[in-house]
Amino acid sequence: MNQLSDRKFIIIGVFILVGLAYISRLFYIQVIDDSYKLDARNQAFRYTTEFPIRGYIYDRNNKLLVYNEAAYDLMVLPKNVKNIDTLDFCELLGITKDQFLKKMKKAIMAPNSPRKESIFEKQLSPTDYASLQEVLYRFPGFFVQSRTLRKYPRKIAAHMLGYIGEADKHTTEKDTYYNEGDYLGISGIEKTYEKVLRGKKGMHIIMKDVNNRDMGSYMNGLYDTAAISGLPLTTTIDADLQEYAEMLMQNKIGSVVAIDPSTGEILAIVTSPTYDPNLFVGRERNKNYVQLSLDSIGKPLFNRSTMASYPPGSTFKLIMALIGLNEGVLTSQTRYPCARGYPPLGGHPKCHPHGSPLDLEGAIGASCNSYFSYVFKSVIDDKKYHDTYKAYANWREIATSFCLGTKTGSDLANELRGNVPSIAYYDKIFGKGSWKASTVISLGIGQNELGITPLQNANLVAIIANKGWYYTPHIVKAINGNPNDTILDRFKVKHYTKIKDTAVYNTVIAGMARAVEAGTAAALKIEGIPYCAKTGTAQNAGKDHSVFVCFAPKDNPKIAIGILIENAGFGATYAGPIARLMMEKYLKGKITRPDLEKKMLETDLIHKDKNAKVTKQQ
Amino acid sequence: MQRSQSNNSIFYNVDWITVLTYLILIFMGWLNIYAAVYNEEHYVITDISQKYGKQLIWISTSLLLAFIILIIDENFYTAFSYLVFGIILFANIAVPYLGREVKGSRSWFRFGDFGIQPAEFMKFAANLALAKFLSNQNIKIADYKNTFLSLLIIGVPCIVIMKLQDETGLAIVFAAFIFTLYREGLSVNYLLLGFLAVVLFILALLINNLYLFIIIGSLCTISLLFIKRNAKNLFIIAAIGLTACSMVRGTTYIYDHMEDHQKIRIDVLLGRGTVDLKKEGYNVNQAKIAIGSGGFVGKGYLKGTQTKYDFVPEQDTDFIFCTVGEEWGFVGSSVVIILQLFLIIRIIFISERQRSPFSRIYGYGVASVLFFHLTVNVGMTIGLAPVIGIPLPFFSYGGSSLWSFTILLFIFIKLDSKRLQILR
Repeated sequence: MNQLSDRKFIIIGVFILVGLAYISRLFYIQVIDDSYKLDARNQAFRYTTEFPIRGYIYDRNNKLLVYNEAAYDLMVLPKNVKNIDTLDFCELLGITKDQFLKKMKKAIMAPNSPRKESIFEKQLSPTDYASLQEVLYRFPGFFVQSRTLRKYPRKIAAHMLGYIGEADKHTTEKDTYYNEGDYLGISGIEKTYEKVLRGKKGMHIIMKDVNNRDMGSYMNGLYDTAAISGLPLTTTIDADLQEYAEMLMQNKIGSVVAIDPSTGEILAIVTSPTYDPNLFVGRERNKNYVQLSLDSIGKPLFNRSTMASYPPGSTFKLIMALIGLNEGVLTSQTRYPCARGYPPLGGHPKCHPHGSPLDLEGAIGASCNSYFSYVFKSVIDDKKYHDTYKAYANWREIATSFCLGTKTGSDLANELRGNVPSIAYYDKIFGKGSWKASTVISLGIGQNELGITPLQNANLVAIIANKGWYYTPHIVKAINGNPNDTILDRFKVKHYTKIKDTAVYNTVIAGMARAVEAGTAAALKIEGIPYCAKTGTAQNAGKDHSVFVCFAPKDNPKIAIGILIENAGFGATYAGPIARLMMEKYLKGKITRPDLEKKMLETDLIHKDKNAKVTKQQ
Repeated sequence: MQRSQSNNSIFYNVDWITVLTYLILIFMGWLNIYAAVYNEEHYVITDISQKYGKQLIWISTSLLLAFIILIIDENFYTAFSYLVFGIILFANIAVPYLGREVKGSRSWFRFGDFGIQPAEFMKFAANLALAKFLSNQNIKIADYKNTFLSLLIIGVPCIVIMKLQDETGLAIVFAAFIFTLYREGLSVNYLLLGFLAVVLFILALLINNLYLFIIIGSLCTISLLFIKRNAKNLFIIAAIGLTACSMVRGTTYIYDHMEDHQKIRIDVLLGRGTVDLKKEGYNVNQAKIAIGSGGFVGKGYLKGTQTKYDFVPEQDTDFIFCTVGEEWGFVGSSVVIILQLFLIIRIIFISERQRSPFSRIYGYGVASVLFFHLTVNVGMTIGLAPVIGIPLPFFSYGGSSLWSFTILLFIFIKLDSKRLQILR
């Protein structure tokens, strides 16, 4: 018996062993292994995102440019879809069963998954949403996510405003704030001011039971966060001027940028052809996008104002004059001959017929190619630098200080830098030491590899108007009504060019004034407002681009405009009148030359061109 | 005189530690049932339209039963052991024919809203009968005939419940009495044989049988190198080898003849084949998620989401431990396991202090049954045992099981309180 009673130890031992094994197992699954906690969260919680209201966008006079409209995305979590009356559901949405199956398949296949929410039907209208919402409980796995859509009451400034799109995988990997399918600014100021406009998403944790019914807020909302609305932006755009400029530019390819030189504020920025920004919103968005991208001539999606690099052409002669005067190799009295071209190189670059020889003012007025080739040569062969490289480097440095070949640093999205060729570049092309002023002579008249964006062009005019300084051109004036927001601080720094002597500018400005009084722009006078301008053409593979730069009034300029119209020929024909009308509109608020306005509105350079081509082919 | 006066008190010599542990456990059980089926519409814990309200009725009637058991003379239990066994066995045989079928189960007697499951009461009756049989002075368990008879006392109810009522879970519990038999002198060989059977059953399902035969053969051969090679040893090893091989073969046979849901439960436990977590693996996976999500200290009372929102099936009965694990965490579930084990081991110590073999054997039966329930019930929720539908003692919702455990335990408490008077 004694022996048998010892068996109790074995029995107790077995019991304790099992107990210990169980407690260890519990320790493992409850404390060490986190996967069950995650599973529980995925099962019992639904995280709903509250999307904030995106900030509105206003023009400089507080006219509304962009607002929001509610839309509702029908979302699906495929793994929770069970036992639904498919037919009933299809009828509600007005889709066929095939479409339903296709959509479900899409929601299940990669990159989506049965365990991930994805959009089943995008952007239901408020009425569709209202009727759907009442019966949605019958369709487990489906729920509605409210979104805001952008609306544009004035259909203007599409490129500047940019558009909104869905975050893709790439974006979500770069910035964890976004989930796939979230809306974010893709271009324009929607992109550059994304963080200001978007606000902050809110998160609600909803508990659900095994049948996917909502069981209320987790911990009474202790861990919920409310959405914070995005901030409104006040832009520097004058909506009326913008709208007017877009009208004038219709049926023409090119770009106009108007800047207030005293502040660097962009008053209007037009890329033409443009499009109705409303096209990029809503369910037709992709279709519209494809249609716009099919236009290979107008390329309406191409934002010319900041992304097209044109040869600056005649405008650059102004810079050439400034550099020449500043370097002391040129005076206002300097005269150079012209023989339908630059004589030392046998008449290249070519020039148009005009009186010869001319002084500086006359050369600016006539936009003489020969004259500025001489100026360029005298700058590069300037004895005080002893060698071409040093002189060229100096020339390039000055040009760059006018924001050429470098980004202006504006708050416009996707700005390109244009081009001022470097020494290294020419060494590569011609060989080290094998090039000199005459090799690259047409730089002097703004041709060759020189490239300039319309924005830079306008900024250049603003610099001349200011006589040597500029504020970084910008599009946003105030954030949430506050013009002193630190984000905008960088637009309050004055930048000076390498040419600081105002007398130098006065000479050039006098030349520009004369162009309006008695020169190439004489036909474009504005009554009561003396202004300065320079017409020009930019040589091009096809027909020359029509170029016009101007600022007004002559003293205390309020507006500086750079305009370029592709393949339109002489600057005073199309570019000039449009700039003139804009200046008048902005400064006077009314137009004194309705004839000019009518002519510009009716001019169709795109379709005429097309028609011409067609006839040629015939 | 004073002594005899207190002798007459029904609470005289009652082991209060055991009673207190029992009370703590049923109270905790009740709180957890409330949490498992809690909803805000019926938040009153005594609302008898809800399970926690009903459980309160079961608890009070259990306490009443306990009281009655303590009043009844201890000699009743020894004298009428076989009779009680017989009556309850009869009830179990009769229930499939007389009882109403509820949800496909034929093991219930129904009285309106309430039901009684006689199989639950078979446990204490079999325990009484086994104690009665083994406490006979002339009985030596080592005797094959007696081993057979004791196995019959356990086996008949087991087969009746399994075959007639189709309640595999309740039937399997009778295997727990192996501990009693072992304590009373059953050869350790039987236990080893049983252990071997379990190990081989698992191995046979996981490993190709041919390899298993080769392994068994090599093990037998190798063991021959270490022992004296005489005829007797050769015979023993050959016998073990053959038994092992036949067990392996038998496994396939048994497995093939199992019902599908049983096969699946075994597959899930052993991780055989592909387990679909939405279908056959659902219960165990959800149970593990609930318990695992509890963390170290749990989500807090009534704050569980997995059990309350019905992700875990049977969350108030067989899977009640999930609520404990989710809301009280590792700390709470360990406390429950330790409390249960404390009670079981306490019963074993008390059993060992009995002068009467009947009381001792009965006590071991109580401990074994409780242990078996604890092991299988908790084991299935944490993926260490197959899913077998048996309740967690004192915790799971249900009148029959609570009554059954109460009767089982309190007969022992009564016997123990009279240990100085009972001689055999």
